[in-house]
Amino acid sequence: MSKMPERGGAQTLNDIRPGGRVRIHRHHAEAAVRQRLLDLGLMPNVVVTVVRSAPLNDPIELKLEASSITLRRHEAITIEVTSEDSES
Amino acid sequence: MSKRDGVLVALAGQQNAGKSTLFNVLTGARQHVANYPGVTVDKKYGQYRDAVGSVYTVDLPGTYSLTSFSLEERVAREFLLGDRPDVTVNVVDASNLRRSLHLTLQILEMELPSVLALNMMDVAEGRGLQIDQSLLSERLQLPVVATVGRKGQGREALREAVRAEASRQVETPTPPPVLVDYGPLEPIIAQVQQRLARFKAIADLPQRWLALELLEGDSQAVSILVERLGEAAARPLREAIGSLIAEFEQQQDMEISDYVVGCRDRAVERLLDGVLSGGEQGRKTLTERVDRVVLNRWLAPGFLLLTVFAIYQVSIVWGYELTNVTWPYLAKGRELIAGLLPSAHFLVDPYVRSLGLWLVDSANTLLNYVPIFIILFACIAIVEDSGYMARIAFILDKVLHRFGLHGQSTLPLILGGVFAGGCAVPGVMATKGIPDNRARMATIFTVPFMNCLAKVPLYTLLLGIFFVEHKSLMMFYISTMTIVFALLVAKLLTKTVLSGQETSPFVMELPHYHLPTFNGVARRAIERTWQYIKKVGTVVLAVAVVVFVLLHLPGLPEARKAHFQQEAEAAIERFEQALAGNPYREIATGANLVPLINYYSDYKRAKLNATGAEASQRVTERFQARNADFYPLVIRGGDRDAKQASRALRTLARERQKLRLQMREERITHSILGTIGRGMEPITQFAGFDWKINVALLASFAARESSVATLGVLFQQGDDENQTLEERMGQETREGGATALLAVSMILFFALYPPCLATTMMVKVQTGSYKWMAFSIIFPTILGLAVSSAVYSIGMAVGATGIEAMSAVYWSAFVLLLIVGLFSDRQASRLLRQRFSEG
Ligand SMILES: Nc1nc2c(ncn2[C@@H]2O[C@H](COP(=O)(O)OP(=O)(O)OP(=O)(O)O)[C@@H](O)[C@H]2O)c(=O)[nH]1
Ligand SMILES: [Mg+2]
Repeated sequence: MSKMPERGGAQTLNDIRPGGRVRIHRHHAEAAVRQRLLDLGLMPNVVVTVVRSAPLNDPIELKLEASSITLRRHEAITIEVTSEDSES
Repeated sequence: MSKRDGVLVALAGQQNAGKSTLFNVLTGARQHVANYPGVTVDKKYGQYRDAVGSVYTVDLPGTYSLTSFSLEERVAREFLLGDRPDVTVNVVDASNLRRSLHLTLQILEMELPSVLALNMMDVAEGRGLQIDQSLLSERLQLPVVATVGRKGQGREALREAVRAEASRQVETPTPPPVLVDYGPLEPIIAQVQQRLARFKAIADLPQRWLALELLEGDSQAVSILVERLGEAAARPLREAIGSLIAEFEQQQDMEISDYVVGCRDRAVERLLDGVLSGGEQGRKTLTERVDRVVLNRWLAPGFLLLTVFAIYQVSIVWGYELTNVTWPYLAKGRELIAGLLPSAHFLVDPYVRSLGLWLVDSANTLLNYVPIFIILFACIAIVEDSGYMARIAFILDKVLHRFGLHGQSTLPLILGGVFAGGCAVPGVMATKGIPDNRARMATIFTVPFMNCLAKVPLYTLLLGIFFVEHKSLMMFYISTMTIVFALLVAKLLTKTVLSGQETSPFVMELPHYHLPTFNGVARRAIERTWQYIKKVGTVVLAVAVVVFVLLHLPGLPEARKAHFQQEAEAAIERFEQALAGNPYREIATGANLVPLINYYSDYKRAKLNATGAEASQRVTERFQARNADFYPLVIRGGDRDAKQASRALRTLARERQKLRLQMREERITHSILGTIGRGMEPITQFAGFDWKINVALLASFAARESSVATLGVLFQQGDDENQTLEERMGQETREGGATALLAVSMILFFALYPPCLATTMMVKVQTGSYKWMAFSIIFPTILGLAVSSAVYSIGMAVGATGIEAMSAVYWSAFVLLLIVGLFSDRQASRLLRQRFSEG
């Protein structure tokens, strides 16, 4: 099983610009990182908003239901997402 | 399990849910609370009494779940599993119920009798969330108590619920409810459970939980199995489970742990259906609105600098001014104690007196900084409690990460004293929360490079002597140099000795902003300051005694003693001759001589310390009352005879002073420490350090604070002098040929010098190894000596002034920092691109 997105393949969280809303498709991280992401609520099928990136472009901040999560681009690239049309 | 009297209660919950706050509410303890995830990293014990009896309470580190991936999770899980608390208070953030209940379900799977504390009810209400508590309680089959930890609300209800649950467990124990349906995994769980049931050695563990953990491949569960059953019995079991896992994962096309999380999430959704309502979706919360400004890409660095500057201004600058107000009280305390100690002899004082004053002086030098500490710690508490500290980590992670550190290294570095003033001990302690092991180790070794408060006095002292014109530039260099050095050293260590250490990512929750409470802030500031004072009270005083002994032994040779004695007698004889025929002769000589001369120096010092006419008048009255006979001899006005006697007395006092100084000088030169210090001169001469400085640096290893104290005594003032240490040291060192270049060399060495004894003990605790502790001493010593020697020797060779040398060092370090930073950035982004395109 390939752990990284395929060449030119699916979109990752890293590609989403601030303001974008996406649905988490699947994780490519392993073990502790994967667990931590899941624990923080970044589960498949959850919708998150990319709020901003830090002044030096890394890490990024995400908004879930009730909490804000920050993670580095290095991890963001392991999260496959599909765009969600921003309603409202 | 041994029989306990009283009930054992554990507080468990996700990070930042308010466990420590509730722990404090319950027990009245002063556990460290902060609006920053992962503050409690070890379990803490406390106790309270309710109507029935004692309740032992344990505050556990916050865990998002109960796997065994991270240290805090292991600590919490081992406690819950091993100690089997009678009741577990599951603290949940009511404003984030959905995520919190994941942990609740895991706690229930561990078959722990629990009470659910719905904390942060104020926040939930503020967001317009309604929670049907009785329905939730019914569905979870758990007692539910609403609390607001910050305001102490819900304490009695929580205590009662804990007691009721504890009694119920004794009277009518019920099996825990099964709340999660794992669907197609259920038969597999049952199968594993059946196999496990055959072994007595694991019968005490919750079976369903263990089966699940094994299926999820939890490494700790596996090692429990191996440990309890032995390798041989465990192997077939592990193989069987392995094939079950493989089969299931193939069927479902996903990993079991993901599948499990998914099932729990659906279970949570069902549990909350009808329980949770309200909460406007569209409206932006206050936190979001604040962050739009504070974390704005362009504004964020400005806000950060402003915060840092404000803390610096308030604590260091204003705090310093405050010490001018508090210092006279310390001086008064010294006088008071000096009065209680046996009085001085003509030449050699009783040991009790000299040791007593030595201790008071050592303590005073440090207590002088207490106002700065209180303000500084209060500022840090405000930053922590408001939630801004986590934002600082967010802003700085990129930079810190580039040098091998971590966003969460921010707090340890700030506690250690990034901007002039902190303490490495709490700094190193705070590294425990950093999830990335390599970054954690790098942080542990770089925190001691920060400007701990004990370094500040030495810097202030040296700047006061050698850099009067360039004070602010030097202060800027010193306070920013530390971070430059720390980053470079962190990078160096990460690339070398630490390269084999485990790393993990920066994934953190940004807490909501809270308004810090006055009580919380004051409490923590005082508590941390108190810790500092305790350290002063023990380590520093102990060191002071040792240094005192090493400075006094073996003492002067008999012949020299006799020589000084003779000189003293000659001086006394001259005094008596000068008074021949003077009516005051009777009062001033014989048995009265030593008391009179002590009276004279006390009077002079008291007059010098007295500020204002009124205080001066009071001194006059006090000394008149103390001895009316002596009084006319110490004042300048008086009748002709008194004037003559007074002049003779002054001459005698001066001669005595000179003799005492000479004796001290000789004694120290011959002392054990002096010998060691001189023995080190061949090495330290390249850095320009003479033996006196060596002695001070040696003493400062035991506690940094000692450096100025020791220097203060080495450049000791006579009893009736009242020059500041700056003046005394300036005078003596300049006479000895010391230059600003030497001061730079000292400053650099001190900046890189090994941590004090207390810090190295902490390094041992945090790294768990004596090897790393030794490293934390040896590495900075070599580094410091190398840098100081290079700067001093080159500086001497090219004839650089102090400020030139300092500028050169600072800017070359800075350029090096930029090069390293930019280079590793290029490397990192190349790696990222590679990962991207390779697939
Ligand atoms: N508004 C509000 N804030 C609270 C409440 N309880 C705690 N806090 C605040 O929440 C923050 C976190 O509290 P802690 O007690 O340190 O949380 P913890 O669960 O011990 O955190 P860790 O030890 O890091 O896992 C602090 O700023 C508290 O002042 C509450 O009921 N309402
Ligand atoms: Mg805590």
